Amino acid sequence: MSSTTHSAEHHDDHGPAKGIKRWLFTTNHKDIGTLYLIFSLTMFFIGGSMALVIRSELMMPGLQFVHPEFFNQMTTMHALIMVFGAVMPAFVGLANWMIPMMIGGPDMALPRMNNWSFWILPIAFGILLSTLFMNGGAPAGGWTMYPPLVLQTGNAFPFLVFSVHLMGISSIMGAINIIVTIMNMRAPGMSLLKMPMFVWTWLITAYLLIAVMPVLAGAVTMLLTDQFFGTSFFLAAGGGDPVMFQHIFWFFGHPEVYIMILPAFGVVSEIIPTFARKPLFGHDSMVYAASSIAFLSFIVWAHHMFTVGMPLTGQLFFMFSTMLIAVPTGVKVFNWMATMWKGSMSFETPMLFSLAFLFLFTIGGFSGLMLAIAPADVQYHDTYFVVAHFHYVLVPGSVFGIMAAAYYWLPKWTGVMYDEKLGKIHFWASAIFVNLTFFPMHFLGLAGMPRRIPDYSTQFADFNMMASIGAIGFGLSQLLFVYIIIKAARGNGVKATAEVWDNPRGLEWTVPSPAPYHTFENPPTIKE
Amino acid sequence: MEKKNPDVEIGTATFTRRLLLLAVAMFGFGYLLVPLYSVFCELTGFGGKPNETAATVVENIDENRLVKVEFVTTVNEYAPWEFSAAVADMEVHPGKLYKATFRARNLSHETKVAQAVPSIVPVQAAKYFRKTECFCFTQQAFSPDEARDLEVQFIVDSNLPSYVDTVTLSYTFFDTARLAQNN
Repeated sequence: MSSTTHSAEHHDDHGPAKGIKRWLFTTNHKDIGTLYLIFSLTMFFIGGSMALVIRSELMMPGLQFVHPEFFNQMTTMHALIMVFGAVMPAFVGLANWMIPMMIGGPDMALPRMNNWSFWILPIAFGILLSTLFMNGGAPAGGWTMYPPLVLQTGNAFPFLVFSVHLMGISSIMGAINIIVTIMNMRAPGMSLLKMPMFVWTWLITAYLLIAVMPVLAGAVTMLLTDQFFGTSFFLAAGGGDPVMFQHIFWFFGHPEVYIMILPAFGVVSEIIPTFARKPLFGHDSMVYAASSIAFLSFIVWAHHMFTVGMPLTGQLFFMFSTMLIAVPTGVKVFNWMATMWKGSMSFETPMLFSLAFLFLFTIGGFSGLMLAIAPADVQYHDTYFVVAHFHYVLVPGSVFGIMAAAYYWLPKWTGVMYDEKLGKIHFWASAIFVNLTFFPMHFLGLAGMPRRIPDYSTQFADFNMMASIGAIGFGLSQLLFVYIIIKAARGNGVKATAEVWDNPRGLEWTVPSPAPYHTFENPPTIKE
Repeated sequence: MEKKNPDVEIGTATFTRRLLLLAVAMFGFGYLLVPLYSVFCELTGFGGKPNETAATVVENIDENRLVKVEFVTTVNEYAPWEFSAAVADMEVHPGKLYKATFRARNLSHETKVAQAVPSIVPVQAAKYFRKTECFCFTQQAFSPDEARDLEVQFIVDSNLPSYVDTVTLSYTFFDTARLAQNN
């Protein structure tokens, strides 16, 4: 310990308050991290059930189980819940738990705001989910909320807008907190370039959040005033332009996809060195690559809208700028591979998820490059090829990254090792079923099956059956994940050491397992 | 926080306020995209938006060149009109003023106000297609069951790029009832 001075306001370490109040009023970064992660897991299952409604209906041609209107509500709600309710809060939860410990700080910089940014989320999603029971049903015009279609939403429309506002406020507050924590709460000697990659990727992500969540809030506010207050931002009759919504939405939307993947990059950058028993290859180039990806994300948005009728110069610009992103992403992928090169590798569950991430995310990246080719995109646009692409980067990408992180840090959180055997079963089931679900969608898309339809032509039947079986298998496999977590959370397992893994790097491994309620009240000494 | 990192340059409160300000500024930037978008489209003609107010033009007829102008009409969902062009297309000389006629009939038994929204394809032609008079410049009121002719006077600029031999002018008819209600 570099310092042992006690200040006047120093008080003895105390544990958490008891009962529900602990969770309602907590300002402890570990408690709030836990709340975020539990919330995210809950939303993952709600959104996942909706995915299973979709896949059940699509198992065979014809209409089996649900009305087309309800089917559309399911596709829209599944996306909104998974994006804003499952993936984003999971990463914020990981940030809350790990960032203060990784930089040697005692807590988040703004603990009361931290409490708020979490507790707004259940309200936002309570509102969003309540639209399922409203007149006219839940939003059904797609998560992208394109006008004029979205303006035909029934009573749910203003609730949709309001819940998006709340999610935005929550994300912005979380992001501000993370930036201030990283910049101001580091232990002495923890210079910026010494920070672990997870902290770096989150710093960049947080800036992206502050830059684009308000733009989304603006876009949905314009929708709201178009509908109720006589403005004509997107109404052609009043001189507006519906295509403009797409521009504003994707100005938010493209950085948003990096918000969902950059922290996963950070996670695997922590895990691969641990299990390859080598330091991360090219730490600084990783930082520059992540920053370049963040910058480029602001100038590629219109590749989501190649088919709206864009002039050739526009198509060329957005096509080439999109392809440029492959360069920094390639730097990261090659760095991870170089980290493993001649490493003394072992394959515990977090490593397995990280390796699957590396392999499968890259497949998603390649299909992204195919979609970036403007003339080819005209054929792929709004087909299942797009669905395959973004599910490859989001499920075996972001979600596997989150699962890898959960397994990697679970012993630190709970104090016991998770069940390695069950973890491996969970991994293999997830890895096999995720491919069975999403790989056939590439073929469906290339063959011309459109997105967001409850029924399809019979030539698509076989691949859809495969995808549906995969989806059900993937969904059931996740019950095992919950079981493993609950088992570890109840302290049922081998006692974990402070280091947990074989000589891992990072300050989080210098505190005991489970991590005490308060850590680093006195800043640690940073070794060179 | 008695033991501060010596690297810390901005205090937590100031830093938080600045980041909040950045978030507010980005909310404003979202709205700023709206005028930026219109200015960008006007400057470049992207999006096929022709002029929305009467243009003043000088005739400078290019007798050697013929451009085909096609007319397309659409009625927006729920708008109770019959709307069509008197002729499907016409051959025009660049630099010469022409008149085209459209027919519209109010199918409802009440007074309705329509707004026609124009669009030009190919988009590169938009800024060379100048209208001196157009029913689309203003809202058009129709009494119950009224049918009437609507006119547009236009000139295709002689600077129209030589690779363009066909220009399609499309009009979509909107019912402005909802807009009017709010005003």
